[in-house]
Amino acid sequence: MIAAVHTSSVVLVVAVFLASAVEMVEALTIVLAVSVTRGRRAALAGALAAVALLGALVAAVGPALVHVPLSTLRMVIGGLLLVFGLQWLRKAILRAAGLKAKHDEDAIFAEQVAELSGTGDRGAGSAAGTGGSRGSRWLGRIDRAGAVVSFKGVFLEGLEVVVVVLTLGSTSHDVPLAALAAGAAVIVVGAIGALVARQLSGVPENAMKMAVGLMLVSFGTFWSGEGIHVRWPGSDLAIVALVAFYGLSAWAVVRLLAGRRSAGRRSAGRRSAGRQPVPEVEHA
Amino acid sequence: MPERSWPVRWVVAFGRFWVDFLVGDTPELLVGAVVVLGAAAAIAASGSVGASAVAVAFLPLAVLCVLGISLARARSGRR
Repeated sequence: MIAAVHTSSVVLVVAVFLASAVEMVEALTIVLAVSVTRGRRAALAGALAAVALLGALVAAVGPALVHVPLSTLRMVIGGLLLVFGLQWLRKAILRAAGLKAKHDEDAIFAEQVAELSGTGDRGAGSAAGTGGSRGSRWLGRIDRAGAVVSFKGVFLEGLEVVVVVLTLGSTSHDVPLAALAAGAAVIVVGAIGALVARQLSGVPENAMKMAVGLMLVSFGTFWSGEGIHVRWPGSDLAIVALVAFYGLSAWAVVRLLAGRRSAGRRSAGRRSAGRQPVPEVEHA
Repeated sequence: MPERSWPVRWVVAFGRFWVDFLVGDTPELLVGAVVVLGAAAAIAASGSVGASAVAVAFLPLAVLCVLGISLARARSGRR
């Protein structure tokens, strides 16, 4: 029983940590772009405001979930996790098989920088900072456009983390542990981001998304099954078996899709070579 | 068209977030998951001998089928 509880907690922590880390990388790209183009203060103010609002959301919604009947909670939340996890897994499989472009943080960073560079003057709120206390002067000097972009980036990416923390945490009866894992991911990714600055493309994002997708689908299957009174053999240990089952299946599907893709490319290449021989001089 | 007040804008944005979150560009995953869970609930509630064992085997396999259908749709280039 103790082993089963530990297994469940370990899987919970790993799933929440990885999901939060992936979302944090995406949020950090936006925050760094704001920091470079509109100043650190705007980036920091927007990000902190978003984190505060997200924290308030977890504190408000988390305790309320305790009052929902357990089987209903498991069925609804398990279903949510299942759909959410399937979306992640689908994208990760398509990317791993080369059927979908990989998430390019460098391109997103460049896009954000270009967008923000053309958005009004820096320090748009400076007029408001001529009087008042030191705090209000600090706030007055913040570039509003940059702060809003930073806030939106962190809030929208963070909202997905909140959903994962609340759903996984409440079904496992351990919202604080899930919140702790998410907090650790925020600190780790934030620290790495501060060190490597713009080199976020080095993060193996698709592999992390694949792992998170597998865990969310496994948790979703397990909890929704519990909610509809399916009796899993081995209780919580069934989660590990589900992760293994979906992992092997995803690996097989990636191989199948990648194989078909390269076979299709080869035959298309042969067809075009047969029909339209390319003269050598064209390559010169 | 009159401008919406900020509570209405927040509610609309919140609703849009959930639609994007659950449906996005893959409605078949949401529909498939609901159908699979409904079928598994029916099997588990049937009360027949070994119903739970059948549901245990059915649930992951059916989820995999839903994922396969979605991947086939993506591969056929419909989206």
